[in-house]
Amino acid sequence: MELNILTLCYIFASVTFILGLKMLSNPLTARRGNLIAAAGMVIAIFGTIFLYEDDGHKLGNYLWIFSGLAIGGIVGTLAAKKVKMTAMPEMVSLFNGMGGACAALISIVEFNHLYHEIETSGNIEGHGGKVLIIMLGLIIGSVSFAGSMVAWGKLNGKVNDIAFKGQNVLNLIFLAIALGAAGYLVLAPMHLIIFYVVLILSLVYGILFVLPIGGADMPVVISLLNSFTGVAAACGGFLYDNKVMLTGGILVGAAGTLLTILMCKAMNRSLLNVLIGSFGGNAAATSTGATQQGAYKEISLSDTAMVMSYANKVMIVPGYGLAVAQAQHVCHELEKILEEKGVEVRYAIHPVAGRMPGHMNVLLAEADVNYEKLMEMEVANDEFKTTDVVLILGANDVVNPAAKNDPASPIYGMPILEVEQSKTVIVNKRSMKPGYAGIENDLFFQPKTSMLFGDAKKVLQNLVTEIKNV
Amino acid sequence: MGNILQWISDNQQIIYIVILMVFVGIEVIGRVPSVLHTPLMSGANAIHGVVIIGAIIVMGKAEADNYLALILGFLAVILGTLNVAGGFVVTDRMLEMFKKKKTPPSLPSSPKEV
Repeated sequence: MELNILTLCYIFASVTFILGLKMLSNPLTARRGNLIAAAGMVIAIFGTIFLYEDDGHKLGNYLWIFSGLAIGGIVGTLAAKKVKMTAMPEMVSLFNGMGGACAALISIVEFNHLYHEIETSGNIEGHGGKVLIIMLGLIIGSVSFAGSMVAWGKLNGKVNDIAFKGQNVLNLIFLAIALGAAGYLVLAPMHLIIFYVVLILSLVYGILFVLPIGGADMPVVISLLNSFTGVAAACGGFLYDNKVMLTGGILVGAAGTLLTILMCKAMNRSLLNVLIGSFGGNAAATSTGATQQGAYKEISLSDTAMVMSYANKVMIVPGYGLAVAQAQHVCHELEKILEEKGVEVRYAIHPVAGRMPGHMNVLLAEADVNYEKLMEMEVANDEFKTTDVVLILGANDVVNPAAKNDPASPIYGMPILEVEQSKTVIVNKRSMKPGYAGIENDLFFQPKTSMLFGDAKKVLQNLVTEIKNV
Repeated sequence: MGNILQWISDNQQIIYIVILMVFVGIEVIGRVPSVLHTPLMSGANAIHGVVIIGAIIVMGKAEADNYLALILGFLAVILGTLNVAGGFVVTDRMLEMFKKKKTPPSLPSSPKEV
């Protein structure tokens, strides 16, 4: 009877996951969708604690379970409540890593359990399927954990890009050895040491696999690792014949993979290209060497204020620089003050601007910027022709005309915001340093472009004051 | 070969679920507007926290003298809960900011899709 109720709980939870993801796809229902999925998760968790039976045995160790839930719940909620909106991508990466580690730990315990079972019974036959699932959960979970931790470190600037010659080959060798050893264990599950070797190799592989990938590609990597963790969770579902873990895990695995591919498409690169890291690592290093010399002109704050105040239409192109400087609120202030002067202000949002797709939307939403003012790339590109001033805030690669004109450029073919169609372009950057792709931007040297150097937040604050005085 | 076929047929229910869920996952995500990509990634991140169920089972089954299982299981429960709680709360925070905004008329305003 109780087991049947648990089955019902699991079915209910699975439905809430699917429904939740579906509702997340509409701005109107998104928040409710998230809460519904959360409610399903709570039911699944408490159903498991109180109703789960294995061969007629109920679960024990309630004290441990509840203290674990309490610690994780409190720390997780506090961390999520306190994190600044600009630091969100690394938070998602961190939580993702926790899930991966959880899956790997389950595999470790289960393998040890199986190992002792075989040792006492002496029967080595017929465990292949189970070991296969355990090894899959271990490898995928560890790679996801180690990779997410590196991605987290990279996003908050603690870890630098490290690339060396032959890294890809080395990575593949690590992965091949790990998979080979795992395959061996599937056939003969009697070697605890080999098991731990696989664990260590997977962790090392996870680290090495993310290390050379540049910051611009981190969203893709996080999304991919997110789907990895989903698959690792599904392995747990296989292991315990637990349908809710299976449903949730595979759902996220499939959805995450599609999201990853969509992101790669937005940057006009193949997933393989991102994974091998040739762009983020080696290629970037070579192309920065060929720095293009050119003359750019600077513009003063008061001139910028003047130009913008007398414009009819201003488009703001936010980028990573805006996020780092936490300038979204000042940006909104600038928008309001310009609108008071009768200037039409819009935001042009590139799908991969910032560090995650939709990152800019979330940031600007935090600053109370009206949804209707945010224009997606295709719409914005039509609008630039009638725009007087484009203000670029810390965006670089997403406005680089080389993506359209220069077939030799590593970003050739990536859809960009065609800001050069407007009358005037003002670029706010901290310096002339190239963006994440490590390539020069011709836009900065064009006659209609002026540079306004400085931290986005300070510049915008001063700009607001200047415009008030115009 | 015979073993593999046997294994597939023993686990056919699960294999069916996997195949169907792959399609469901792709279909559901395919309709998401790009503005919601970050919250969606975060929401999906919270959902794969369902791995916590496995951690609870490991923890609950651990014998009192099996310290390895106890400690690792305990850790797994903490990490899994972090994933679930943190994931849902972060997603909610992101979506909270969208809620205040007026919905643009261009977006489908009716929850009833045809």
